[in-house]
Amino acid sequence: MLDLLWLVPVLPLAGFLALTFAGRRLAKPAVTAIGVGSVGLSSLVAGAVAAAFLGHMPPGGVHRQILWRWFDVAGLRPEISLHLDALSLVMILVVTGVGFLIHLYSAQFMEEDADFARFFASMNLFVAMMLVLVLAGDLLLLYLGWEGVGLCSFLLIGFWYGEPANVLAARKAFVVTRVGDVAMAIGLFILVDRLGTLDLQAVVARAEAQWAPGSAAVVAVAALLLGGAVGKSAQLPLQTWLPDAMAGPTPVSALIHAATMVTAGVYLVARTGGLFELAPSIRTAVAVIGTATLLLAAGAALVQRDIKRILAYSTISQLGYMFLGLGVGSASAAIFHLVTHAFFKALLFLGAGAVIYACHHEHDIFRLGGLRRSLPTVTWTFVAGAAALAGFPLVTAGFYSKDLVLWRAFAGGHFLLWGAGLLGAFVTALYSFRLVFVVFWGETGTEAGARPGWRMTVPLTILAALSLVGGWLGLPAVLEPVLGAAEEMAEPHGTELLLQVLAGVVSLGGIALAWALYGRPGRHGDPVADALGPVGRWWRAGWGFDALYDRLFVRPYDAVARALEKDPVDRLPAAAAGLARGFHRALALTQNGRLRWYALSLAAGATFALYLVLTL
Amino acid sequence: MIALFRLTARVAVVATALAVSRRHAVHALLYLVVSLLAVAFSFFLLGAPFAAALEVIIYAGAIMVLFVFVVMMLGLGPGARPEEPRHPDRWLGPALLGAVLLGELVYVLTLGPRSVEIAAEVGPKAVGTALWGPYLLGVELVGLLLLAGLVGAYHLVRRPPGKEKT
Amino acid sequence: MAGEALALAAVLFALGLVGLLVRRNLIFVLLSLEVMLNAAGLAFVAAGARWGQPDGQVTFLFILAIAAAEVAVGLALVLRLQTAFRSLDPDAASRLGG
Repeated sequence: MLDLLWLVPVLPLAGFLALTFAGRRLAKPAVTAIGVGSVGLSSLVAGAVAAAFLGHMPPGGVHRQILWRWFDVAGLRPEISLHLDALSLVMILVVTGVGFLIHLYSAQFMEEDADFARFFASMNLFVAMMLVLVLAGDLLLLYLGWEGVGLCSFLLIGFWYGEPANVLAARKAFVVTRVGDVAMAIGLFILVDRLGTLDLQAVVARAEAQWAPGSAAVVAVAALLLGGAVGKSAQLPLQTWLPDAMAGPTPVSALIHAATMVTAGVYLVARTGGLFELAPSIRTAVAVIGTATLLLAAGAALVQRDIKRILAYSTISQLGYMFLGLGVGSASAAIFHLVTHAFFKALLFLGAGAVIYACHHEHDIFRLGGLRRSLPTVTWTFVAGAAALAGFPLVTAGFYSKDLVLWRAFAGGHFLLWGAGLLGAFVTALYSFRLVFVVFWGETGTEAGARPGWRMTVPLTILAALSLVGGWLGLPAVLEPVLGAAEEMAEPHGTELLLQVLAGVVSLGGIALAWALYGRPGRHGDPVADALGPVGRWWRAGWGFDALYDRLFVRPYDAVARALEKDPVDRLPAAAAGLARGFHRALALTQNGRLRWYALSLAAGATFALYLVLTL
Repeated sequence: MIALFRLTARVAVVATALAVSRRHAVHALLYLVVSLLAVAFSFFLLGAPFAAALEVIIYAGAIMVLFVFVVMMLGLGPGARPEEPRHPDRWLGPALLGAVLLGELVYVLTLGPRSVEIAAEVGPKAVGTALWGPYLLGVELVGLLLLAGLVGAYHLVRRPPGKEKT
Repeated sequence: MAGEALALAAVLFALGLVGLLVRRNLIFVLLSLEVMLNAAGLAFVAAGARWGQPDGQVTFLFILAIAAAEVAVGLALVLRLQTAFRSLDPDAASRLGG
C-alpha cells in the first residue's frame, strides 16, 4: 500500500493537466468531477497510506520511495524521491483532506464563474505542488514544490484578473514571498557547496558531523532558510502580502490559509529542525519573530472591518504561534497547532465565504448582522471555528494545540514569550468573537440571498466537527519520534494544569469582553476601534508596514528607475558608438559609388602591394 | 625571327594605345582588332598556333562583333551622333597598322613555316589532351561560367514583362 | 623571346589599365578590360612557350572564356545603363555611394 504513495501528488497533478488541456471543452459537471474527484481520490490514497504506515511502521519510521534520479551534475545527485514519515504523513492528510473539502465547497461557490475550469486547474495544481513540497525527500524537490505553490498563489489571488487591484495583490504576494524565496535559494546553494547534497536525511547528518553548533555556516544557512519560511508563512517582516491576498476567491483564501502555502514555512522549519538545533541563536530568532508577529497581527485583526481581512490577520497571528512553538524547540506542538489551525481556519474561511455568497459579496462586517436567523448552519459551524480560534477551553481543538505551544514556551523558560503568547490569546478571543457577534448577532444588516447548498454545508459541518474534536488526536505523540521529543519537563505536572486553567480563563475573558462590547443589543459603531482612535487606524493599516515599505523600498526603487529611464550609464557606450560612427563617416567618403574611383583604388592597392613584394 | 616578333609587338602596342585613346568607339574597335590580330601573330611566333587561332576567332571575331553590335544599338538611340564624314584620318591609322601586320603574315606565309624559326611548337593536340586531362574540372567550371554569363546577359537586357518597347 | 613577350604583355596591360582609369565611356572601359585580359593571356602563353608545356595555352583558353562571359554581361549592363540614365558615364550611376 505504501508503494502507492506516488499517487498522492500525481492525482491532483493529473487533474490539473486534464483541466488545463481539456477544461474548456468539458461540461461543468465533468470539470467538477475531475477537479474535486482528483483531490478526493488523492485524500483516499493518503488515508490508505496512513493506515498502512501506522499499522506496520517501517524501520526507522521513514518510508522512502525513489522515483528516479533527477540529474547528476558536478557531484550533486538530487533524486525525485518521496519521503514519508510521521510529519509528512500528517501534512499530506491535512493537505488532501482539507483540500478536498475546500474543493467540494468551491464546486458550489464558483458555480456561476465563467472560468470554472481554470479555477479548478489552478486549485489542483496548488494541492499537487503542496504535496510535492511536503513529500519531497530532497530539498531541491521541496524547492520545486515551494515555488510551484508560490506560482499557484499568484494565479489564484489574481484569479479575477479583470480588476487591477486583484492583479496588484497577486503581484504583491508573488514579489514579497520571492524575497524570502531568494534567501532560501541562497541557503540551499550554501548547503550544496558545503555539504554536497540536498537529501533531507543526509543534510542533517552531514551538518551535524561537519559543523560545530553555532558555527557561522550553519547560522547562515538556518537564517536564510528562516528567511524563506518567513516569506511563505507571512511572518514579520514579510507579512504584508497575506492581507492583500484576500483578493482571490474565498475558497482560495481557505486553501492558502489552511492547507497550503502559509503552512509551508512552518513545515520547512520543522523539517530542517536539525539545522536549527545547531544554530540556537536563529532558533531564538524564530521564537521572537513568531511572538512579535502574533501580537502585531492580533492587534491588526482587532480593528479590521473586512471579514476576510480579520481572518487573514488571525492567520498571521496563529502562524506566529506555530513559529513560537518551533522556536522554543517543540516542533510537534507547532505542527499540532498547524493541523488544528488548518481545520478551524478552513472552516472560518468557508463560513465567511458562505456569508459573502449569501449576502451579495458584502465584506464589511458592520453592514452584516443578525445572520443567525437566516443562516443557522453557517452560524453554528462558524461559532465552532471561532471558538477553536479563540481557544475555548476543553471542547475545541485550538485550545489544546495553542495551550501546548504556550506550555512548551513556559516549560522552556521563555516566560516573556509565554506572557506575550497569553496576551495574544486574549486578543484572539476578543477579535474572533467580535467577528461572530457583529456578523451573526445584533440587528439584521444585509439580507441573506442565496442559500448555501449541501456542497457548502457538508464541508462546513465536517470541518466544524474536526475543529472541535481535533484536539483529542494524539498527534504530538505520533510526531515526537520524528521531530524530537521536548526536553524532560522540569516543571511538575501541576504547573501545566494551572497554566491550562489560566489559558482557559484568558480565552473566556476575551469572549466575555467581546460579548460586553459587541454582543449586547443597541451597540453603535465599533467600540474598540473608537477607543483606540488614531492607534486603531494605525493598526487597521497593518501597523503601517505597507506605507513603511512604500517609503523604504518602492519609492527609492521608483526614483532609481526614473533616474535610469534616461539611461545615464549608456553615455559611455554611446560615446563609443559615436566614435565608430565618426570613423564610419570618414570611411563612407571613399565609398562614393563611382566605378572608376573603385578601379583606381584597386589599381593603386595592387601597385602598392607589388611595390612591397619587389622591395622587401 | 626575333625581329619579326619585335615588329609585331610594336604594331600591337601602337594599335592598343590608339584603341584606348580614340574618341569614337568604332575607330577604337578597329584599332583593337588590329591589336588582337598582332597578338595572335605573336602567339603563332611563340609556338602556340591553337591559341593564335582562338585569339582570332573568338577575340577578334566573336567578342569584337559583340562590341560592334552594342555600339550600333546605342548609336540607334536618341541623341545619336550624325554619320561621321569619311575623312582619311579616321581610317588611315588602322589601315596602316593592318598593312604592317599583313606584310608580316605574307612574309611568313611566303617563306613557309619550316623556314621561320619559331619557338618549339605546342600544338592543339597537346592542349586538348591537357584540357581534357588534368584541367577537366576547370573546363566544367568554365562551361558553367559561360552558361551563367549567357543567362545573366539574357536576363539583363530582357524587357520587364508587361512593359512595351519604349 | 619569351622575355620580350612578357614585356609586351606588361605594356599592353599597362595600356589597358590606363584606358580603364582614364576613359569615361563605359564602352571604352570594357574595351580596356579586354585589352588587360588579353595581355594576361599573352603572359600565360609566353610562359607556356618558354617551358614547352600546354598549360599556358589551357589557361589562356580559360581567360578567353572568362572574357567572353564578362563582355556579354558587361555589354548587357551597358545597354541597361543607357536606357536607365541616357548616359554611358559610369559616374552617372553612383547612387550606391556610402
